[in-house]
Amino acid sequence: MSAKDTGVEDRRDPMKIARGLGSAQSGVDHWWVQRLTAAALVLLGIWFVVIVLRLLHADYATARAAVAQPWNALLLIAFVLTMFWHAVLGLQVVIEDYVHTRWKEVVLLVAIKFLAVLGALAGVLAVLRIALTP
Amino acid sequence: MAETQRPLSPHLQIYRKQVQMMTSITHRATGVALAVGSLLVVYGLLQLAAGEGSFNSFRHLMGNPVGVILLLGWSWALFFHLCNGIRHLIQDAGLGYEIPQFVRSSWLSVAGSVVLTVLVWAYVLMAGGAA
Repeated sequence: MSAKDTGVEDRRDPMKIARGLGSAQSGVDHWWVQRLTAAALVLLGIWFVVIVLRLLHADYATARAAVAQPWNALLLIAFVLTMFWHAVLGLQVVIEDYVHTRWKEVVLLVAIKFLAVLGALAGVLAVLRIALTP
Repeated sequence: MAETQRPLSPHLQIYRKQVQMMTSITHRATGVALAVGSLLVVYGLLQLAAGEGSFNSFRHLMGNPVGVILLLGWSWALFFHLCNGIRHLIQDAGLGYEIPQFVRSSWLSVAGSVVLTVLVWAYVLMAGGAA
């Protein structure tokens, strides 16, 4: 609503109006989700290390049976999703900080998101195949 | 960004080397390394899902010297990012901002990551080597 309609003076900086960048309502989202996934990964990461160490010398059947366990399958899927989510948020900041050519920056930002979604889907699909195939 | 010429704020080379600089940049570097490592996790799961032959060749791949060295690096990266990440979460809660605390917790992250890496690989060696 413009100042003309309401009779109230718009006190925003003219540049801000011109750019159309008001409050996006999601200012701390990136920061917060990065912390949220970090906290989850503290637990899931330690769990993952433990399960890898436990399966160090397991043969194929044992490893497959372990991953097929409902809790392990559930936590593995949670780990894969959280890991890629956290990775994208972190890589995004690194790219934004160090890649100063705009088109390269955008290409990289899109590429890591595509790759992370593919990676996450592939990981989830693999766990589901193991867990649901008798 | 590159097209505007503005005076730059003092950059890295102007500062004396401090441990908190090292942990900060190492946190990013290990984060990037772990992001690459996440693809290995998925690759391992895919090979496990694909069948016995694929899984065994994956284990064979990771068991050769180059694979073990990569795993060693990734495990340290994981533990450093874990320890220093917990440090950052504590700092996000507003704690540990006095300079001596800041320096001490940096060293704690380094020490913790080394201790955890040594513990894990000692276990691997005792259990009869990797893969």
